[in-house]
Amino acid sequence: MSKVRVLVGTRKGAFILTADGSRQQWNVRGPFFGGWEVYHLKGSPVDPDRLYASQTSSWFGQIIQRSDDGGRTWFTPGGEKMPDPYGPPGGLSNRFIYDTSPETGKPLTTHQWYDGTQHPWEFKRVWHLEPSLTDPDTVYAGVEDAALFRTTDGGRTWHELAGLRGHGSGPQWAPGAGGMGLHTILIDPTDPRRLYVAISAAGAFRSDDGGQTWKPINRGLSSNFLPNPTAEVGHCVHRIAMHPARPGVLFMQKHWDVMRSDDAGEQWREISGNLPTDFGFPIEVHAHDPDTIYVVPIKSDSEHYPPDGRLCVYRSRTGGEEWEPLTSGLPQSHCYVNILRDAMAVDTLEECGVYFGTTGGQVYASTDGGNHWSAIVRDLPPVLSVEVQTLP
Amino acid sequence: MIRVVLPEHLRRLAGVQGEVELAVSGPVTQSSVLEALEAAYPMLRGTIRDHATGKRRPLLRFFACQRDVSLDPPQAPLPEAVAAGQEPFLIIGAVAGG
Repeated sequence: MSKVRVLVGTRKGAFILTADGSRQQWNVRGPFFGGWEVYHLKGSPVDPDRLYASQTSSWFGQIIQRSDDGGRTWFTPGGEKMPDPYGPPGGLSNRFIYDTSPETGKPLTTHQWYDGTQHPWEFKRVWHLEPSLTDPDTVYAGVEDAALFRTTDGGRTWHELAGLRGHGSGPQWAPGAGGMGLHTILIDPTDPRRLYVAISAAGAFRSDDGGQTWKPINRGLSSNFLPNPTAEVGHCVHRIAMHPARPGVLFMQKHWDVMRSDDAGEQWREISGNLPTDFGFPIEVHAHDPDTIYVVPIKSDSEHYPPDGRLCVYRSRTGGEEWEPLTSGLPQSHCYVNILRDAMAVDTLEECGVYFGTTGGQVYASTDGGNHWSAIVRDLPPVLSVEVQTLP
Repeated sequence: MIRVVLPEHLRRLAGVQGEVELAVSGPVTQSSVLEALEAAYPMLRGTIRDHATGKRRPLLRFFACQRDVSLDPPQAPLPEAVAAGQEPFLIIGAVAGG
């Protein structure tokens, strides 16, 4: 019987939830890395017991943790205690240095600060880890201040793919309220050299050469906070989602507006349709139906909670425009939580499971594609990320 | 041996309890103590001194013999009592909520 493992990153540690394929009884383990912010953790698609976690702290900086046994034990790759402290140096784990070398790097420029002045680029933390679809030792890391890093040795060393940060429009990028983070990394399963990333507030970018060069793909987006609302960059993209069977179709939850592209991001069109509000953070695609998508509408960009205190997931079965509220099992009064951009995921069981975590510490799951929901854990620290693994 | 007291989060990260004891060759300074600490516990690299700048992270402070030595030059000798192992070198996280 299949199993499901849910990886939850929170403000004060990580938790791992497991259940059999019925998804009725959940075992909760954690906190791992208690007291640290765990922005994201994710497993390798080709080696599901290989997990990577981003453990971070304003006091102590960035730590990358790795597990080779499905989360039972963890270590810092490249940071292992050496038998002889004066022997050969170990790895350089946790070292995220922007590449300014003449050979492969780009000069460290500035980006726009909240007040419009220019501000130096400074590494703060890893927001998102995206393991390769084919190699468990290769992982992409999206960081704040926005840049893309990659390891090819299981996390021992990290190197920036500087073509993104240095492609030319950096001085027009600006931080959103949560910082200038690269939060979305998508790999085209039919062409691993095609990568998509999204940055708040810069927009979406695509590489067709494995991350060496990038182009902005924001045509069709409109953001009223920009002097030029349809500018090439500067948009606050909150999340992009793709179905692996149809990688040229992208869905986007923007700061405001839910968008869709049918040509790998060349052009976007709005699909907010009948949503009660088109502000929100996550967007996700059903595991078996590329036209079924999920969002969680949030009242506004200053009121980060559901309209009327009623928590509703909205589902479109038509690839956008027509949306239906899904409320069964979700609190319908006095609910003022938020669902962050990396906190929604699906499993791939026959009856697709949908999961999301809230800033109130609940993780909700539906085992029937969103028709009914229940909290599989509650009262965790605020949830930053949710990932799901479907295991044999 | 030089005695070092780590904040709780870093003790857990390094997998140690209580004080850490280190052998330091040459002058006992902030730099030489931290280099010995990071050599023995590589997982701590970047957690006390920023990877990019090599500077003390802003929410950490260093104390020795009841004195704040955070702003002393990294190459300045630490007090003799620390060098002799009579007093620990303390790495303290700023008191702040979160």
